[in-house]
Amino acid sequence: MDFGYFFELFLGGLTRGSIYALLALGYTMVYGIIELINFAHGEIYMIGAFTALIVTGVLTLMGWNKIAILILASLAAVVYSSAYGYTAEKIAYKPLRNAPRLSALISAIGVSLFLQNYVLLAQTSDFLPFPNLIPEFEFLKPVEDIVRSSEIVIYATTAVVMVALTILIKFTRIGKAMRATAQDQKMARLVGVDVDRVISITFIIGSATAALGGVLIASHIGQINFYIGFIAGIKAFVAAVLGGIGSMPGAVLGSLVLGWTESFFTGYISSDYEDVFAFIFLVLILIFRPSGILGRKDTDKV
Amino acid sequence: MVKINFRKLLVLLVAAAFIAAVSGPAMAADTIKLGVAGPHSGDLASYGIPSVKAAELVVKNINAKGGVLGKKVELIVEDDVCKPEVAANTATKLVGAGVNVVLGHICSGATKAALGIYKDSHIVVMSPSATNPALTQSGDYPNFFRTIASDDAQAKLEVEFALNVLKVKRIAVLHDKGDYGKGLAEYAKGFLEKDPRAKVVLYEGITPGAVDYSAVVQKIKRKKADAVIFGGYHPEASKIVTQMRKKKMKTYFISDDGVKDDTFIKVAKQYAEGVYATGPKDVSKNPLTIKARAEHVKAYGSDPGAFFENAYAATLALLNAIEKAGSTDYNAIVKALRTEYVDTPLGKIRFDERGDAIGVGFAMYQVRGGKYVEVK
Repeated sequence: MDFGYFFELFLGGLTRGSIYALLALGYTMVYGIIELINFAHGEIYMIGAFTALIVTGVLTLMGWNKIAILILASLAAVVYSSAYGYTAEKIAYKPLRNAPRLSALISAIGVSLFLQNYVLLAQTSDFLPFPNLIPEFEFLKPVEDIVRSSEIVIYATTAVVMVALTILIKFTRIGKAMRATAQDQKMARLVGVDVDRVISITFIIGSATAALGGVLIASHIGQINFYIGFIAGIKAFVAAVLGGIGSMPGAVLGSLVLGWTESFFTGYISSDYEDVFAFIFLVLILIFRPSGILGRKDTDKV
Repeated sequence: MVKINFRKLLVLLVAAAFIAAVSGPAMAADTIKLGVAGPHSGDLASYGIPSVKAAELVVKNINAKGGVLGKKVELIVEDDVCKPEVAANTATKLVGAGVNVVLGHICSGATKAALGIYKDSHIVVMSPSATNPALTQSGDYPNFFRTIASDDAQAKLEVEFALNVLKVKRIAVLHDKGDYGKGLAEYAKGFLEKDPRAKVVLYEGITPGAVDYSAVVQKIKRKKADAVIFGGYHPEASKIVTQMRKKKMKTYFISDDGVKDDTFIKVAKQYAEGVYATGPKDVSKNPLTIKARAEHVKAYGSDPGAFFENAYAATLALLNAIEKAGSTDYNAIVKALRTEYVDTPLGKIRFDERGDAIGVGFAMYQVRGGKYVEVK
């Protein structure tokens, strides 16, 4: 067995998995709090990428340096996407909070289509080049053709976001309120939790992670268009389900498992049936662990 | 009384029929009849109507100069709605009307259905748009010609370029699983397998829209491919090329018209440099093309539609062949089509043994200095 080849496929899978994880974290968090599968999450990611592209374009013209552009573009993307996430929740999900869950789901699909078409019309249907915002680290020069700095940044960001969200939910005041809301909204309200505010904050945080993902992933891939959110969103959703929807480490684990499955399957068998195989794997896991790898049945949803 | 009258009537009728029968061919000989078949109504009318207009323009010009062999050219237009079952009737009607040559049909399926009928009646047919490779390559229809490259022309050019110019030995063939890309990849694989000079080391479909193609790129590297032939479009191509170049792989990348797009260069930036892609030959600067398009604008007040140049070229080629053949004899026309060059909006063309136009179709381009440049 060729160990070098195995290792490169492993890294490829890790990159893919980390990309899925950046999106899956937001999915799983929103689901954990209000049990809504937010299909518009992929679109929030796409809007983050577009915002970053526009900001980058303007700042590059003004001759700013690369690190400053990366930070400012990410900030702008986070703010913009969060605003979209917050607004979408207020307009499309809040009025349906007491409606059957299917209604909110349909509403989410509606938001997703709306945002896609909005960007299509307001921007363009073409693929746009996205500049590489992540600087090449000097210390990675020797291993450049094995792992690149953009990949390292993606791994690191995924890990940091996962840890930060876990700490936020486990140890902070707002985290406690989130867990209370997740367990029983009515009871949480009775003990003085501002449920609306908690849900809004959940959406803002979820959208912010998606925006961060948008900047890093677009920077890694080098191109964006209005449709990128859809496929990435579906894959991230699958990863979140695989890991156990509602669980933060589960989302990351599920994403990595999905990334590795695809990478090894492509590497050793064929990429013709990459998706087929990924989904067979999903079905198998759900048969043996119906609530995902790390999901626990109806307890501690976040 | 009644009986006699009836007989007289019968005689009269027979006589009338006889005169008609005799005068029929006599009248036909006064004009050269050019049949035009294609969809002129229905969903696909926009593919057929530009051909009718092209034929009208060419015929108007030629008639103004005295026609062909001293006779006026007459157009007989029949609609086949692009349906094979209708096309057979269309062909029968045109044959019944005594056409000498036919411009059409437009869709490959309809063309195939009609060809047998023309073949039996020894009528030359020339399509401006039917791209199905089998129409010429099967050898079943010696009466068929076309002024468009067949579907496998790009794949053939890619393979020949890889083998003759780049002289590579190990080739990876990839596609995006779509109709266009997979079709091309299959043709390319077929051509490569018939050639002993090279080996297909990898044949795979990739998932379009995926976030990362590093596994496939690793595979190309591991199989030690010298060149990649990719069937598909630029979003996937730019991701694969970028990842290949970032891994410091110097593997040639050869692709198709779906990649010969400026967006590809814009997205893949410096990594696009050196990539090969096939694309249609540029005919827009040909003086005849400019003239034909101007005639269309003048006559119909709009820019011409699909396959206009091809139909214009086909009409010119057909009428030129009759002129050069000196008659409307089937064998003479076929011989003239294969030997006589004719100036058309598509360039100077003649036809090969199978009926494909020589000099029409695709050229190889390479990204040099951020632009696609034709490789001579």
